[in-house]
Amino acid sequence: MSVLVYIENWNGQFKKQTKELLAYATDVAAALGHELVGLSIGSASDEALRELSAFGLGKTLVVRGQAFDKFTSINYANALETAVDHTGAKTVIMGNTYNGKSMAPRLTATLDASLATSVISLPDLSQGFVVKRSVFSSKGYAYVDLRNGYKVLTLTVNSYSIKENPAGFSLEDITPLVAVNDKVSVVGSELQSGKVPLTEAELVVSGGRGLKGPENWGMIEELADLLGAGTACSKPVSDVGWRPHSEHVGQTGITIGPNLYLAIGISGAIQHLAGVSSSKVICVVNKDPEAPFFAAADYGIVGDAFEVVPKLIEAVKSLH
Amino acid sequence: MKVLVCISQTPDTTTKIVFKADGSGVDYTNVKFIVNPYDEHALAKAMELKEQQGAEITVINVGKADAEQSLRKCFAVGADLGIRVDAEPVSGTQVAKLIADVAKERSYDLIFTGRESIDYNGGMVGELLGGLLGIPSVGYCGKLELNGNAATCTRFIDGGEETVKVELPLVVSAVKELGEPRIPNMRGIMQARTKPIEVIADSENSLPAEVRYESPKGKAGCVYIDAAEAGKLIDILHNERKLF
Ligand SMILES: Cc1cc2nc3c(=O)[nH]c(=O)nc-3n(C[C@H](O)[C@H](O)[C@H](O)COP(=O)(O)OP(=O)(O)OC[C@H]3O[C@@H](n4cnc5c(N)ncnc54)[C@H](O)[C@@H]3O)c2cc1C
Ligand SMILES: Nc1ncnc2c1ncn2[C@@H]1O[C@H](COP(=O)(O)O)[C@@H](O)[C@H]1O
Repeated sequence: MSVLVYIENWNGQFKKQTKELLAYATDVAAALGHELVGLSIGSASDEALRELSAFGLGKTLVVRGQAFDKFTSINYANALETAVDHTGAKTVIMGNTYNGKSMAPRLTATLDASLATSVISLPDLSQGFVVKRSVFSSKGYAYVDLRNGYKVLTLTVNSYSIKENPAGFSLEDITPLVAVNDKVSVVGSELQSGKVPLTEAELVVSGGRGLKGPENWGMIEELADLLGAGTACSKPVSDVGWRPHSEHVGQTGITIGPNLYLAIGISGAIQHLAGVSSSKVICVVNKDPEAPFFAAADYGIVGDAFEVVPKLIEAVKSLH
Repeated sequence: MKVLVCISQTPDTTTKIVFKADGSGVDYTNVKFIVNPYDEHALAKAMELKEQQGAEITVINVGKADAEQSLRKCFAVGADLGIRVDAEPVSGTQVAKLIADVAKERSYDLIFTGRESIDYNGGMVGELLGGLLGIPSVGYCGKLELNGNAATCTRFIDGGEETVKVELPLVVSAVKELGEPRIPNMRGIMQARTKPIEVIADSENSLPAEVRYESPKGKAGCVYIDAAEAGKLIDILHNERKLF
């Protein structure tokens, strides 16, 4: 028996989260006593895949061809299904990315599988196949038992540690059994270049309405750049256009779980906390000692952002 | 054109979530319910299509009678028909199967869901519907234009956006950019009270979910650093916590 792990690539490249996923899938396969098999779809080169063999990627199936250069959930899910048939896998694991979360349910539908998204733990096999996932916008956790024969799960970024684990690497090309669906095609894409995507950033510096206006974001960006951090903001800040919508975190924005979340001039409304509360360390700078954010913080500075942030910048500079 | 919008009823975003002592579920005492915010964005887009080119908008919910208030809110902003599948929603897969059973019978050109429900956070019902119905699905959709029998959609991807061309029928999962939620007017509110909601029996014989819930552990407490010595924070994060 085998465990199938989908190895997503981004324009042929892999990310830190790919290695986290491999470490996780390796441990799931070991716990079940199954063989781990990878699946790559699209444009990753053999060389790029081979580099992942240091992190547990052994036998790997590859689906190539023009129809798979760009992601469409229907065709990618069909490719996954072929790989499931080919390997006899009953457990399929992928990342909780936009694409992972789009194809996992489609595969679930065709296999009549059990599905858990946003998983943050290894399965507990002592009582079935129980995984922990975050629910209620991180205001709670649920333990769900994946009871069907087929199990599909998507792993949250930054919830599992990378491990070096050399594996005997081999590649095999496969062809999807279902014909390519040509009713859907990708006709263009636009990527924001040069910035750390927020969902992957390990450190995040975030600003709220306390910063008074877009012209004051210079110091936020300087601090973020010095730390190699991503930048985020509260909802009202993006609503009025001080910052792009892609930076809006919270219940109605994106959910992040970086190692450090540094919140500056943000009150800490429950809807904001919903998107950031799984951050490992939370630091808050706010001039109001009563700001609710302090109750969710590990470290707090009560003070004026316009005095505190320059001091933080100086301190980071003096580290180098 | 026939449009179906899937409506989930969720606790208001300000709700403090308290689980029952045995972890078997949420304590819903005094909880105020709302239409899942992403579903409001989806409904807003459906209304826009109706205004632009004419469409019949059906809203559907899988839930018990208490969820009808949410379907009525959708009537108040202009939905034409309402369906409630009479079952306790226990999982995304169960909800999707029940909605797919209805959709197979009545065939819709366009089916909308939200990107996720803010309670269960599965983010799965839309793509499950695509899979169950065997039609294309576009997740995280922030923009949609119809051109006859095809749609041009913009969907979010890691670090950017992508434009996708798709033939109908189609399932679309909305992010908030898809449409600005509508505010009901007086006439809508009056009509909403009397419009019938069709109730359909549970075709899947749903079993209760066996899920155990747990609250996140609170923080140990905040360590305060004097603003005059703010640089100390960087020192702690670097040397003690080794975060960078
Ligand atoms: C349905 C719904 C969904 C929502 N979703 C989200 C969401 O996803 N994300 C989100 O962020 N919000 C969301 N909100 C809004 C949320 O309720 C708050 O209104 C919002 O988070 C407040 O943003 P803020 O903290 O930047 O602004 P404010 O609440 O105005 O707080 C500004 C803070 O800055 C401090 N301050 C002011 N001047 C300074 C200074 N010079 N130095 C230091 N501190 C200073 C103040 O003390 C204050 O605490 C949602 C609301 C609703 C109803
Ligand atoms: N009980 C339900 N009834 C109708 N639609 C639902 C229900 N639950 C979820 N949905 C739809 O599916 C979307 C995604 O939900 P989920 O997969 O639970 O995160 C929601 O935004 C709704 O559009």
